[in-house]
Amino acid sequence: MIIPYPAPQPGVWAATAMIAAIVLTSTAGEVLTAAAMKSIGDLDEIRAHSGLKGAIRAVLTCPLFFAGVSFLALAFFALLFALNHLNLSLVAPASASLTLVTNAIAAKFFLKENVDRRRWTAAVLVCIGVYLLAH
Amino acid sequence: MAHERLSARQYMILGFVAVCAPLGDTCLSRGMTRLPPITLAHPATLIAAVFTPWIAVGIALLIGFFASYLTALSWADLTYVLPATAFGNVIVALLSRFWLQEPISLERWTGILLITLGVGFVAQGPSLTERPTDGEQSFSPSKEPAVQLEQEQLR
Repeated sequence: MIIPYPAPQPGVWAATAMIAAIVLTSTAGEVLTAAAMKSIGDLDEIRAHSGLKGAIRAVLTCPLFFAGVSFLALAFFALLFALNHLNLSLVAPASASLTLVTNAIAAKFFLKENVDRRRWTAAVLVCIGVYLLAH
Repeated sequence: MAHERLSARQYMILGFVAVCAPLGDTCLSRGMTRLPPITLAHPATLIAAVFTPWIAVGIALLIGFFASYLTALSWADLTYVLPATAFGNVIVALLSRFWLQEPISLERWTGILLITLGVGFVAQGPSLTERPTDGEQSFSPSKEPAVQLEQEQLR
């Protein structure tokens, strides 16, 4: 049986560093993964032509995909590490809402997505909303 | 800007993206808070954590999320798919209110409203940035006759 064990709360800088690590690694991971999926093409169409195996092969043979997944794995372990030291009510809203904004910025500059006024407004609304909801 | 509407199947995949992510995160959180503190001095304890039941269920849900997330990214922009992920938090909050009868504070209702508004904004726009695939699409139709006329005059 595992007994709940309260961890001592780290300082502000340590908490900021943990959250920044999650935000940066997950932004890098999501942008690289999105770039990989765009380079592969519509997965539904690939599956229609060459089946599920063909779709999985298309994803697994893309080097960009592995770069993205490596960063997402780093983000995942950074999240596990932070959840072990900080409260969920701090980690979840801070990392989720900040990641939305950093992703919108990264998508505009690296993926050249058309992040128009509509999408900026949505990113900011969802960012504040996620913070309020998860806080 | 003309754009293809998403099919019912594509909306269903976005729904999977929305639901699996917050449920998986909740399982992970539940699993991790039951473990003793983990330090960087013993990273192997993080690997061992993966095989505890709540974390294993969380990871299974997140694999489902990732498969549908990758599919969505193959036909939609990252800035279109991400608000869908955030909308999952709204679904979980509403489920906990009406199914588990948990109270929701005014602050959280405001959060739900803002996310729903944000998702509504994005969903009304195009799902994919249109890119010119060859040279002829980079000219606007009004400029094309002028270019042709210039070329004819040169001949």
